[in-house]
Amino acid sequence: MNPTMTKKLLLTLLAWGIALIVFFPIFWMVLTGFKTEGEAVATPPSLFFEPTLAGYNEVMARADYLKFALNSIVISFGSTLLALIVAIPSAYSMAFLPTKRTQGTLLWMLSTKMLPPVGVLMPVYLLFRDMGLLDSQLGLTIVYMLMNLPIVVWMLYTFFKDIPKDILEAGRMDGAGTLQEVLYLLLPLTLPGIASTGLLSVILSWNEAFWSLNLTTSDAAPLTAFIASFSSPEGLFWAKLSAASTLAIAPILIFGWMTQKQMVRGLTFGAVK
Amino acid sequence: MATLQLNNIVKDFGGTQVIKGVDLEVKDREFVVFVGPSGCGKSTLMRMIAGLESTTSGDISIDGQRINDVGPADRGLAMVFQSYALYPHMTVEDNMGFSLRLAKVKKAERREKVLAAARILQLEPLLDRKPRALSGGQRQRVAIGRAIVRNPSIFLFDEPLSNLDAALRVQMRIELARLHEELDATMIYVTHDQIEAMTMADKIVVLQDGLVEQIGSPMELYHHPCNRFVAGFIGSPKMNFLDVEVREASSEGIDVALPGGDCRVPVDGSGISAGDTLTLGIRPEHLKLDDEGPLTGKIVVIERLGGVTSLYLEHGDSEWILVADGDVAHRVHDQVRFSFDPTCGHLFKGDGEALNHLHRHPLVDIDRKQNRVSSASDGQ
Ligand SMILES: Nc1ncnc2c1ncn2[C@@H]1O[C@H](COP(=O)(O)OP(=O)(O)OP(=O)(O)O)[C@@H](O)[C@H]1O
Ligand SMILES: [Mg+2]
Repeated sequence: MNPTMTKKLLLTLLAWGIALIVFFPIFWMVLTGFKTEGEAVATPPSLFFEPTLAGYNEVMARADYLKFALNSIVISFGSTLLALIVAIPSAYSMAFLPTKRTQGTLLWMLSTKMLPPVGVLMPVYLLFRDMGLLDSQLGLTIVYMLMNLPIVVWMLYTFFKDIPKDILEAGRMDGAGTLQEVLYLLLPLTLPGIASTGLLSVILSWNEAFWSLNLTTSDAAPLTAFIASFSSPEGLFWAKLSAASTLAIAPILIFGWMTQKQMVRGLTFGAVK
Repeated sequence: MATLQLNNIVKDFGGTQVIKGVDLEVKDREFVVFVGPSGCGKSTLMRMIAGLESTTSGDISIDGQRINDVGPADRGLAMVFQSYALYPHMTVEDNMGFSLRLAKVKKAERREKVLAAARILQLEPLLDRKPRALSGGQRQRVAIGRAIVRNPSIFLFDEPLSNLDAALRVQMRIELARLHEELDATMIYVTHDQIEAMTMADKIVVLQDGLVEQIGSPMELYHHPCNRFVAGFIGSPKMNFLDVEVREASSEGIDVALPGGDCRVPVDGSGISAGDTLTLGIRPEHLKLDDEGPLTGKIVVIERLGGVTSLYLEHGDSEWILVADGDVAHRVHDQVRFSFDPTCGHLFKGDGEALNHLHRHPLVDIDRKQNRVSSASDGQ
């Protein structure tokens, strides 16, 4: 074997190794969901066992999965839509009408992501309480929109910046106003980027737990709260918890699987061309 | 049907003046070319005319109407960009018809107009393609077609041919000239290319550093450059310059001292006195090898182009370029003598200003109608 082949082989093994490490917990969780509670905590852990749906049955019996799932869908897609509606005009003005402070503003927006959310929990909680937004879909949608806005603006900004200015100017010469310029030229040209930005925002919202656990109780609780509800009251029941977790991540996993081509294309949009 | 007037226009980009007061008068159906070194403000000036860049001060008028505050789409102009700037996600037909679609023109009428423009540019077989499936020359034609469809009163071109290879550039140059005859529209054209400027223009505007150096017909700029910058910029290879001492000056001409004897250049010498230092300018094509000539030099480089040969000569610290016949037999390091017809010489004062020639060149006022067979006289 020549050296480049060896290198290739090693890299492939490394990639597989990393993929396995990343994937293993999910795999183990799915597996545990099909065990009995006894098997779930057995040491050494058993890899071969009689699969059972007992965990799932109990989970479905104890909580209304569909209600949580619907909340997750409404909140994550709603917040993403809202974020895009706000971010597209912002990114447009930053990309095409920059001022001296544009870069600074962008960095500042991103820097808010470095703030631990718990730092603003109290004020947000009180605000929500006074405005009656606690445990409402609207409340969580707004929080998620704000949470993802910096990333969404940043990503759209980089996609917009890649569009040659000439094309938009040609549009302006052809008689396009700002709205037509955005609708007929900018959005179609950056659609892959916008789509992957939206997908990322949906996924981030779906998996968010801190705010959903603190700001919702039952009416607007999404799937993260659904999982959490199986971890607290009577100690840990691993099989049930795993079953609930599997149910919670299954939709987004399938969604991610179906759109992965789009994601990869969008996220490498600027780099490859 | 359009004239354009620029009245002392200025462009200021956050404190730096890029256009420093330009006056220009473009007549109806004229072909005006902006030339100048990179960064002199050609594109900026054109973009101000187009309305893509605001005007800091001064007036831009079309047909006498001040249009400073009119949006780019409403000025009745069309611009062809150097990068073509086609809409990548639209077919050729949609690209060309986009302005009509925005203007809410009915589909059938739109198609008719696009087809008419496509016919002029031989784009009919390509109407369903996306820009990415076109060659550079075809993209260029689509960009021009998009401008034609708008039926503008003035066409603006910003270095439209600079991305094409040499052969295609020649072809497109001729096609553009033909188009100008056919559409009979006013055209303003920015270029780096001497040949494009000289062959297509009715009027050339030489810009430097945001200021107009000279405006005139190609032959006027070539034969009567008003200063040393224009003299050096127009013509290729560049004009030769040599500092000379004045022996005698009068309104009938100036005698200057050359290494191999004096010579008399027929320019108006009023205000010049003996002993002054002037700069003599002679174009390489006006120098000729001559064993009796007053100038000498040693050949440093020979460039043989077949039809003509460029000789790069050195004498002391002065350098010369001489364009000679294709079949000169000289070798590098040969010492040669050369001369020139003094009526082809130019003299410049210390500040670069040219002294007026006593006789105007007979071809200075020739216009493009005399260089091209127009379609009108074709048909007769
Ligand atoms: N948006 C801008 N902000 C600041 N300065 C600018 C801007 N656009 C152009 N300039 C400056 O104005 C000057 C003229 O630019 P312009 O593009 O008009 O030159 P040009 O003559 O077209 O050059 P080229 O032949 O290279 O295309 C340059 O010095 C450029 O740096
Ligand atoms: Mg330019």
